[in-house]
Amino acid sequence: MNKPLRRVAIFCGLLMLALLVRNNWIQYAQADKLRTDEKNRRVAIERYASPRGDIIVDGEPITGHKATDGDFAYKRTYKDGAMWAPVTGYVSQAFGANQLEAIEDGILTGNDDRLFFRNTLDMLTGKKKEGGNVVTTLNAAAQKAAYEGLKKRGGKGSVVALEPSTGKILALASFPSYDPSTIAGNSLKTDAKAWDKLQKKNNPNDPMLNRALREVYPPGSTFKVVTAAAALEHGLVEDADQKTDTPLPYVMKGTRTELKNDGDLPCKDATLREALRVSCNTVFGKAGTDLGNDKMLETAKKFGFTEEQFTPVRSSASVFSENMEPSQVALSSIGQFNTAATPLQMAMVSAAVANNGTLMKPYMVDELQAPSLDTVEKTEPEKLSEPMSAKNAQILQSMMETVVNDGTGKNAQISGVTVGGKTGTAQHGENNSKNPYAWFISYAKNSDGSSPVAVAVVIEDENAVRGDISGGGLAAPIAKSVMEAVVKGKQ
Amino acid sequence: MSSTTNPSTQHTSTIGAIGAPSRRNTELALLIFAVVIPVFAYANVGLALNDEVPAGLLSYGLGLGLMAGVGHLAVRKFAPYADPLLLPIATLLNGIGLVAIWRLDHSERLQASRTFVEAAPRQLMYSALGVALFVAVLFFLKDHRVLQRYTYISMAGALVLLLLPLVPGLGHNVFGARIWIKIPGLGTLQPGEFAKIVLAVFFAGYLMVKRDALALASRRFMGLYLPRGRDLGPIIVVWIISILILVFETDLGTSLLFFGMFVIMLYVATERTSWIVFGLLMSAVGAVGVASFEPHIQTRVQAWLDPMREFELSRAGVSDGIVHSEQAMQALWAFGSGGTLGTGWGQGNSDLIGFASNSDFILATFGEEIGLAGVMALILLYALIVERGVRTALAARDPFGKLLAIGLSGAFALQVFVVAGGVMGLIPLTGMTMPFLAYGGSSVIANWALIGILLRISDTARRPAPAPAANPDAEMTQVVRP
Repeated sequence: MNKPLRRVAIFCGLLMLALLVRNNWIQYAQADKLRTDEKNRRVAIERYASPRGDIIVDGEPITGHKATDGDFAYKRTYKDGAMWAPVTGYVSQAFGANQLEAIEDGILTGNDDRLFFRNTLDMLTGKKKEGGNVVTTLNAAAQKAAYEGLKKRGGKGSVVALEPSTGKILALASFPSYDPSTIAGNSLKTDAKAWDKLQKKNNPNDPMLNRALREVYPPGSTFKVVTAAAALEHGLVEDADQKTDTPLPYVMKGTRTELKNDGDLPCKDATLREALRVSCNTVFGKAGTDLGNDKMLETAKKFGFTEEQFTPVRSSASVFSENMEPSQVALSSIGQFNTAATPLQMAMVSAAVANNGTLMKPYMVDELQAPSLDTVEKTEPEKLSEPMSAKNAQILQSMMETVVNDGTGKNAQISGVTVGGKTGTAQHGENNSKNPYAWFISYAKNSDGSSPVAVAVVIEDENAVRGDISGGGLAAPIAKSVMEAVVKGKQ
Repeated sequence: MSSTTNPSTQHTSTIGAIGAPSRRNTELALLIFAVVIPVFAYANVGLALNDEVPAGLLSYGLGLGLMAGVGHLAVRKFAPYADPLLLPIATLLNGIGLVAIWRLDHSERLQASRTFVEAAPRQLMYSALGVALFVAVLFFLKDHRVLQRYTYISMAGALVLLLLPLVPGLGHNVFGARIWIKIPGLGTLQPGEFAKIVLAVFFAGYLMVKRDALALASRRFMGLYLPRGRDLGPIIVVWIISILILVFETDLGTSLLFFGMFVIMLYVATERTSWIVFGLLMSAVGAVGVASFEPHIQTRVQAWLDPMREFELSRAGVSDGIVHSEQAMQALWAFGSGGTLGTGWGQGNSDLIGFASNSDFILATFGEEIGLAGVMALILLYALIVERGVRTALAARDPFGKLLAIGLSGAFALQVFVVAGGVMGLIPLTGMTMPFLAYGGSSVIANWALIGILLRISDTARRPAPAPAANPDAEMTQVVRP
């Protein structure tokens, strides 16, 4: 009987071997995947096990924490949650996290690999684990000006402000917004109800949408700045004050359709400066067609179009199409047709002009700090591209300053400060049936020629009277108060 | 210990029986480790949960030490040549299982459940009863061959034990599987655990008598020896009983265990590979056939194939006539979160598994808290028990002893595989418990008895054989060549 006994022994050995292999598979090969699975409650337990680190603006935390019952020890609290929501995102015991709270979760919870050594030391010395801090580039005064401006306006809208020389994001506001404190816990009575109310299906205003980064709007006439830059860069026009060869009325190439101006404007053969000042559709439409799709796209791409930006919170990609008919290029060049941009994108356009043609990568995290406040990582400003030469940038600056001093952007004037800007009123909806979007992009300039702030403001106001919606009327005052906040802070 | 190295043992078996040392002192030394390791684990849990050495540490250590000591003295007295590893490994597993059960008793999540009872004190009592039964087996069972007399009584007893859960009023259905009986005032009992041993006795006795008929009277067909129709009778009876268990008690594990044990013993008895082929075919037909109409089994298979889907269905509260359970996924998460070294005693969240986390799913707690390293060590300990059992079968000198030992160790190996494989997602989950580790009186008591019987067989096998009587005729024997 011993031969089959030995075989049975081998069989039993194989059973045990199968168990060992399986055990290695789930506890070694698959371990990380299982351990970090978002549905694995341990992930959430760990996330809320210790007080979460703070998100910091101007040296002050805009977040906090509070002890809770149950297997989650702490929950997040926010100061001025609605104002800062587009920056922070939310972190909720019940609903997970998004945006900055999710991206920097490792630092905020203290689980980041870069804190490993410190954590090990803390473990040995018996110190409780703490989260690190995320220091942002934001400017509290500018953010407040932006948010209050939008709130006063009442409709939907968004503001982005950048520091042109570095790409630092100074303001990032979206309205209507939501207070992430209300959904931070996991109570069915309060947090779950608040969450339901915020969902788009229950709330047409979609307050959780981060309009500054995630919504694309047709940029309308503000896009003419890009077209002007393309015309200068590609040598179509040498100078701001050189007459362009533009007929009036202008019939778009390949069609019998006239490209109309908004009103009876002096646009025949107008110079670029004049065309930008009064916002001639004909001049820029023809310039776009003359340059052609490829050259327009090339310049648009240099300004950041068609690319997602990681600030590190991801922004949607702005759109400028390829393979268009000449007439479609004409419409695209005045910010219509398929052209669409995030508020961040248009702020980048303005910032690139203000920064003498160099576009810096926009970012909102200045520094990651360990719980001891030591720096773990510092973000260095990074050049993204050079959409135009310094000379052409200065030409464009003088044109945009004319718009504010003497054109559609007068509402953005600040006494004692040079301001350049461009208004926009973008049509949308079928046959332009919906209320247009009001845009304003601008920058402020110090006396030494450097620029502390560039802003983009967009207002989608469904209740406004149609005629009222013009970038200069609705959006420029908000841009002005944001620029003032930054300029005054610097003085 | 190969026979070729020891000329004095060439005539018996692989294991040198003659002159083998008793190894009782080795056992004692190992037992010290088997007691000290769980005591440290116990202190560890207390420190992790309450930042203090638990108050019951001393009594727990003494209790476990007492059990080990009584067991050891009984072996020393009644089975001095028994295998030295089995008792220490069983003690270690039992002790460490107690620690895990005690640790889960302190889980706030489980305490919040309606069915919560403090399990550790009961398990300690069951363990004491188990060791008492172990001592009783060694004391009363002076020779395992006595059991051979009870072959057919065992059969009747096993059938009664297996059918008890189906008796109305006595049977007790827990989460779909009907393998418990409820004795008023005493609690619940899982008769299948005892049936395992009784059935092994029956199979061993029956096969020892019938092996020649089963092995020799057969026709050869396509390289296989086909048994005669009437010899197929018993295997078909066992198969039908297994299927009945599967259908009426809806328990895949028990059914697989019994049938597998029978096939292993049949193969060992007859040395015919054809029985294995038949066995595999029949279990495949049975399992697939029953699974095609039994929703409970279908759910288990689905939960095995896609535990995440089952988790989502359970979370969403889908009620389509089937109880969806998130346990399979929770167990996988527990293992994965433990990683290589585990979180440390008392610091995991394996209690998220909820119901049965201290019985069927206890291995997940080990997986999370002592990690891959710990669970591999546990599996190897089980493998060692099986290995010692198989070795005992090899060393046994009588066919009944061989069959009984291989039946018991084979069943043990199958049970470990079915339970651990189920919890780790290697095969569908079944409602059985890890021997010694898991909470459950029947399981602990029955497995102590199983170890007792194995020790008895190995004592008989390793006992120095009486010196062969001098054969007075030897010298006079002559070969007559024509």
